[in-house]
Amino acid sequence: MISYDVIVIGGGHAGCEAAAASARIGANTLLITHKFETIGEMSCNPAIGGLGKGHLVREIDALDGVMGKVADASGIQFRMLNRRKGPAVRGPRCQSDRKLYRKNMQELLSDYENLSIKAAAVEDLLISDDDQNKVSGVLTGAGEKIYCKKVILTTGTFLRGVVHIGEERIPAGRKSIRSEDEPPSLGLSDTLEKFGFILERLKTGTPARLNGKTIDWEQCQTQPGDMPPTPFSFMNSEITVRQIDCHITHTNENTHEIIRENLHRSAMYSGQIEGTGPRYCPSIEDKVVRFADKTSHQIFLEPEGLDTDTVYPNGISTSLPVDVQEAYIRSIKGLENVEILQPGYAIEYDYVNPQELLATLETKKISGLYLAGQINGTTGYEEAAAQGLMAGINAARSADGKDIFLLDRADAYIGVMIDDLVTKGTKEPYRMFTSRAEYRLKLRSDNADQRLTRLGIDIGLVKAERRGHFERKMKMLKKYGSLMDDLSISPNEAAKFDLKINKDGVKRSAKTLLSYPTISFKQVMQIWPELADIPDDIVEQIEIDATYSGYLERQEADILAFRKDENLLLPNTLDYKAIGGLSNEVSEKLDEAKPATLGAASRISGVTPAALTALLRYVKRKDKKASAQ
Amino acid sequence: MTIFALSSGKGKAGVGVIRVSGEATKNAISILTKSEKCPKPRVASLKWFYDPLTGGRLDHGLVIFFPGPNSFTGEDVAEFHIHGGYAVVSGFLEALSKIEHLRPAEAGEFTRRAFDNGKMDLTEAEGLADLINSETEGQRRQALRQMDGNLKELYEGWRHDLISAMAYLEADIDFADEEIPDDVTERIIPIVHDLYQDIQEHLDDGHRGERLRHGLQVVILGAPNAGKSTLLNYLSRRDVAIVSDIAGTTRDSLEVHLDISGFPVSIIDTAGIRESEDAIESEGIRRALSKAEQSDLRIIILDGANSSYLDHGMADHMGQNTMVMISKKDLGVIIDTEKLPRNIIGTWHVSVKNGDGISDFMASFEKEVGARMQLTDTPSLTRTRHRLHLQNALDHMGRFLAADHFELELLSEDLRMAAREIGKITGYVDVEDILEKIFTEFCIGK
Repeated sequence: MISYDVIVIGGGHAGCEAAAASARIGANTLLITHKFETIGEMSCNPAIGGLGKGHLVREIDALDGVMGKVADASGIQFRMLNRRKGPAVRGPRCQSDRKLYRKNMQELLSDYENLSIKAAAVEDLLISDDDQNKVSGVLTGAGEKIYCKKVILTTGTFLRGVVHIGEERIPAGRKSIRSEDEPPSLGLSDTLEKFGFILERLKTGTPARLNGKTIDWEQCQTQPGDMPPTPFSFMNSEITVRQIDCHITHTNENTHEIIRENLHRSAMYSGQIEGTGPRYCPSIEDKVVRFADKTSHQIFLEPEGLDTDTVYPNGISTSLPVDVQEAYIRSIKGLENVEILQPGYAIEYDYVNPQELLATLETKKISGLYLAGQINGTTGYEEAAAQGLMAGINAARSADGKDIFLLDRADAYIGVMIDDLVTKGTKEPYRMFTSRAEYRLKLRSDNADQRLTRLGIDIGLVKAERRGHFERKMKMLKKYGSLMDDLSISPNEAAKFDLKINKDGVKRSAKTLLSYPTISFKQVMQIWPELADIPDDIVEQIEIDATYSGYLERQEADILAFRKDENLLLPNTLDYKAIGGLSNEVSEKLDEAKPATLGAASRISGVTPAALTALLRYVKRKDKKASAQ
Repeated sequence: MTIFALSSGKGKAGVGVIRVSGEATKNAISILTKSEKCPKPRVASLKWFYDPLTGGRLDHGLVIFFPGPNSFTGEDVAEFHIHGGYAVVSGFLEALSKIEHLRPAEAGEFTRRAFDNGKMDLTEAEGLADLINSETEGQRRQALRQMDGNLKELYEGWRHDLISAMAYLEADIDFADEEIPDDVTERIIPIVHDLYQDIQEHLDDGHRGERLRHGLQVVILGAPNAGKSTLLNYLSRRDVAIVSDIAGTTRDSLEVHLDISGFPVSIIDTAGIRESEDAIESEGIRRALSKAEQSDLRIIILDGANSSYLDHGMADHMGQNTMVMISKKDLGVIIDTEKLPRNIIGTWHVSVKNGDGISDFMASFEKEVGARMQLTDTPSLTRTRHRLHLQNALDHMGRFLAADHFELELLSEDLRMAAREIGKITGYVDVEDILEKIFTEFCIGK
């Protein structure tokens, strides 16, 4: 009988990262997906990263994940968003070559230690004979039983997926330009309902795909990428893929008029769709209705690859019928004669209320079953991959009898996202924003490795190559950091180098000088020529830390207070209804969320200081950091 | 931080117990007692307590020092047993908040510290929670009462302004690729600037405003030169109003805060009520009447030697909260008390000049004040806490406004800290509030 430690169902971004993480930890892992060829498919726009999202990719990479590396090897235009703003809010982003992305991901995973891949449909979960609430394997569409200790479910938009194009409704998990529609997953929805999971509906949309040969590019504005491009992965110092430009065009009043006249035919406005769509990714119908006084909306024309003419018009997702899509798209400058390769559509799918999950992403109802990605109500490849990573780590560790591995809100964006999901749940597709992070100045994309790689090394998640790379970098940071602490100069001496500092007689270290916005490293180097030896990336890192030092110190005090409550664990078996001193409302809310820590309990709305005091009796102290070492 | 709170029970009590816990406890004792010598541990010492800033005497009472770790919270703890009167307790809490590193405790904070230091038997937690619950419930009700109407609207308005400013800033940060107007960040500065000024004005005015809210309002009303200011000076025993024989000396209102048998009382001396050609004086009279309308207790003084004012509508301002004082007893009373409304509290004949009848009036006055104050709560920390949070919010906004850079993520950090402080009064500012504002204001969506 074949048996695995961990089985991952689904080969999307959550599934790939989950399978890879589980395998890196050393678990014997099987990835099951409908078709090998769709592993690493980008169902929506061909881009990775952005604000908050780019942070997630860096964090995944810092834990030796696959997304950053694959994105670097398939990116055809890189832009650092907010390049002119501070380092804490810079987000790396790239346009990807869809085909390259798939190909690179498939190649990487097909030769991954401890990982096997199988093409099959999974119809049901197998439950352990001696424990009705414990998973023991999966049943494939062909009737094959495959046994395992842990299952990670990453079904994306496939759970009872329905595609809407105008009045048309097609049961499907994804439409593809290359092949026929991929069928939705119905059996697994039934399975989850059978186990008592509450499934709700969400909606998301995607625009039409255009033939680039029929676009009048002269009419569009050019948007070049960064030169040189900044890679996602800490392991890469350059991008070797050929880089191209993107283009921008705009809708106009004529476009809006066509949409307004046909609103009643939109699946969203006819009442055909019940699921909730994201506020930050409205369809073009929504934009025209809600921002009626705006006479134009921008559209990014994003090429889908180097050797394809398919173009993704980002900004006009829709659920209008095909003839209307054609009419309004052709009213746009540069798109007058465009050929539509595939119409835009809205898709509705089932998701599980993430409050059903523990912070490890294991379900509370079925032991050994983990959920990651869009099934948990998120949107975006990066959000999915980050959950996959954490589910993969925890499933593999748990299969080996090891304790849980969590990141908190002060560790990483990953921690912010998972905490938001499992404590508060979500009513719309959840997307990462930097404003969600309380400790944004600390959780930067530039220092994700310094924040996380050590934690990854400690649990055996990080391979030797990255470990060596990381340890060399840390050694240099330490060496040159303390050198710059040791070198110091008085204001009078500094004046000789044209540096204007308050003449208070207090000596300033090289690092302090660097923290002043008006003083550059070049000027500091004039005083101490020996600093020229420091590599550029190390200088940049020291400079960023110096810039934020004042704020970071204050934030550190907040983090300390925050962690105090995060170290007080609440058992998930706690019967909140039986605890005295809690109001009905509060005990119901706590019962629904079953917060993992006292800190998480405090973030649930309506939970009072008095309620928290009542919970003190039941907490267990656990120093996560100490046990991880 | 070292925390403090009133830990004795609710209602008017003979003794108020105020508890302080934390590293600065010893220092607080030494400042309040003006003595370097720390009292002997666990022994009650009788001391005078002084205001840290003015040096004035606050109260005479007991202090007990419990050095950590053998204390309730495991930290250094002090208990001050002082007189339980409203004014004394309020004054003492105010004094503590002026000491460096001291701040009012949040609900449940003493318990939490005890727990963190392994000082609490966990089975106690539930019982304590009930206690805190009732405490916070009382505070919540009180806060709601305080936040009735205008004040609540004011706080909500501030919260709203801050969310707007943050939304603009966050939109510019989080949606770099979207069509966010270029001037978004410039729009924020006036919002924060106005907000800063509003809060500052509120705080400057706060001492007066808050005392009024806590204290009983008594308005002295009467004809010019009937002796209102003389009465006020008698009550406060210092020259507050300019007293002269020329009618119309007090053109606007004067106000004194007094401690009447342990209760804070604001006495407002108004312009004399008469028909006047003088525009400024007429305005003064209008204000005096409006103050009288809002007051808790009215003292109307009639010149016993002059009946014309009673004839000219002064009786219209009398009601069930009115004490009528007939002055100038020494000059002989000619007015007809039968013309006074029936529902007034009573009439007292006095001569302020030679003190005749004053002690009778004072005894009645104290009784009336007491009767009205019994209805209100004991002092809570709420007020002190509000001030503290608003002051902290100002500090963060001040840093925002003084910034010589335009680093959005730092500016946003300042506003975030300010929002956190205001959120402690009005309710937590959630990122969802900000996102909602962004998505309504701007068309986001690639």
